[in-house]
Amino acid sequence: MRVIYLDNNASTRVADEVVEAMLPYFSNLYGNPSSMHVFGGQLHKRVEDARAEVARLIGAELEEIVFTGCGTESDNTAIMSALESYPRKRHIVTTRVEHPAVLNFCKAMARKGYRVTFLPVDKLGRLDLKELDAAVTEDTAIVSIMYANNETGVIFPMEEIARIVKSKGVLLHTDAVQAVGKIPVDVRKLPVDMLSLSGHKIHAPKGIGALFIRRGIRFSPFIIGGHQEKGRRGGTENVPSIIGIGVACELAAKHMNDENSRVKALRDRLEEGLLACCPNAMVNGDSEHRLPNTTNMSFEYVEGEAILLRLDSYGICASSGSACTSGSLEPSHVLRAMGIPFTAIHGSVRLSLSRYNTDEDVDLVLKKMPEVIKELRHLSPFGREEMARKTGKLRTN
Amino acid sequence: MWEYTEKLKELFLNPKNVGEIENPDAVGEVGNIVCGDALKLTLKIDKETGKILDAKFQTFGCASAIASSSALTELIKGKTIDEAIKIKNQDIAEYLGGLPPEKMHCSVMGREALEVAIADYKGIKIEELIGGKVICKCFDVTDEKIKKVIRENRLTTVEQVTNYTKAGGGCGSCIPDIENILKEVWAERIIEEAIRPKERLTNIKKIALIQEILEREIRPRLQADGGDVELIDVDGNRVIVALRGMCTECVMANVTVKNIEKKLKELVTEDLMVVSEGGQG
Repeated sequence: MRVIYLDNNASTRVADEVVEAMLPYFSNLYGNPSSMHVFGGQLHKRVEDARAEVARLIGAELEEIVFTGCGTESDNTAIMSALESYPRKRHIVTTRVEHPAVLNFCKAMARKGYRVTFLPVDKLGRLDLKELDAAVTEDTAIVSIMYANNETGVIFPMEEIARIVKSKGVLLHTDAVQAVGKIPVDVRKLPVDMLSLSGHKIHAPKGIGALFIRRGIRFSPFIIGGHQEKGRRGGTENVPSIIGIGVACELAAKHMNDENSRVKALRDRLEEGLLACCPNAMVNGDSEHRLPNTTNMSFEYVEGEAILLRLDSYGICASSGSACTSGSLEPSHVLRAMGIPFTAIHGSVRLSLSRYNTDEDVDLVLKKMPEVIKELRHLSPFGREEMARKTGKLRTN
Repeated sequence: MWEYTEKLKELFLNPKNVGEIENPDAVGEVGNIVCGDALKLTLKIDKETGKILDAKFQTFGCASAIASSSALTELIKGKTIDEAIKIKNQDIAEYLGGLPPEKMHCSVMGREALEVAIADYKGIKIEELIGGKVICKCFDVTDEKIKKVIRENRLTTVEQVTNYTKAGGGCGSCIPDIENILKEVWAERIIEEAIRPKERLTNIKKIALIQEILEREIRPRLQADGGDVELIDVDGNRVIVALRGMCTECVMANVTVKNIEKKLKELVTEDLMVVSEGGQG
């Protein structure tokens, strides 16, 4: 069965070009870039070339990029570095809709005695910048706000956020894991101090991330070890993956127009088609400021996990914010923070596309999803009267 | 991704007995849309024989909830209501070839719907049936329901209670209350067992009891201090355990072993002697 992969905000297919570029580094070129001999030492140059590609994608300088193990490590490093660098400051500002890499790290810091402000969002998932302005004080060590939300794709106004935070002389970090490679991100124009990105969200492998650290800011390493990464991240470099993320960044720059036009058009056709076919469906999040590849939709009176598993039986891969898809009994913290009613959160589905998706993929989802929703609503004890009123033909038996 | 059995997946994709019986003799409705799962069970019952002639369900919920509901209807069709009421949530889980621990509440929801439906048939009011004080406000779970599920499934931890009832899975503020209910139910059970005429303690029963006491009474306390204990073997009345984690290096290790022995003597049999693996006890 053909797989229709619409879960690219979870992870992406490793691009063929990336795999090809990485292969020699598992076989012939296996040395340690820190070695004195030529065999290992020659890799240093390749690692620096990859670093240059990452830097180029976001407008950074070569020295401003540190390779990490993943986006989570980049996020943790950024926040911990700020707390270590400014030990007298005991306050962190973040949002209620961050990825767990930031959210749970901040909660852990709160348990260690730091004060954390979790900024709310409105029903479209937008921040209130006045609240941000009021929250940042002299005691704030760092503000960490995501560039784009992983569940809804909502893009935060990072330039305005940076203007507010920097006017107060406070460090600003952004988790740009979902934004980099999909929309233009340029740290030359955007005065963030630190920015996280991850390989497996942009068609590089899992287990490689990067952190942009603006030149001149105080930095304290999270992983302490050898002199690798100029002492900013201990541990032998993951050379094959570094080569991979370098190529992935090069490809991302090349494909960005496609993401913003063809992929966006596919996403829009999918979204509009589903809204037209499925009564009591809605899109969660700000449609105007949103990643071009993401839609988060709710289908009332049915449960998300059930939708996903029925779609899975047709080879369609998606994701949900419903409680039943996680180990927890609580549904998506992002949709809850947006005040989406529980009836809609339970039936939420995230569809996230990539450059590998086609018109045929969208056609199949548009064919199967309405069937799935109809079947599950037939099973559900809720919404029958409302559905019958809207469709005029819902079965009761 | 949950690991579901083939049987569960089959019943989820092709559920049996979906729908609502017209003019049913009994209706059992449990759960609600806010909590994320709900089940409406309708029954047709032969009034003379008490036999369940037909059962249909409508479920809002995940794959486990839908499959559990379908399994329930399959299990009860053709049975009399006296036979059906003996069906426990474990039977539903077993019918499906097992459920992930976190999804056991789906089988409990099935059992509950059956109870409510039969009560409805007998003219008993739901309030009289469930009763109790709401402990978990997030998922509207009462102390009586928690006690019942603990007893029926021999639950020993808050995590298990959450998996079976959802209580404690929301804001978590009721967790201390759940801990107290667990202690209360187990205290009752220990008293009941103490006054019950003693059956012959076979080796199998002895090992099972020792393991249960270790799980329930000993390990949570040791784990709270970063330690642990594992049952290695039972040789006659000699119980061999291995201390783990912080307990391994602890200067009080001997005292820990003695305390384990004291508890096992108290709750299993006086003759037991506990030794630690590689140690003298």
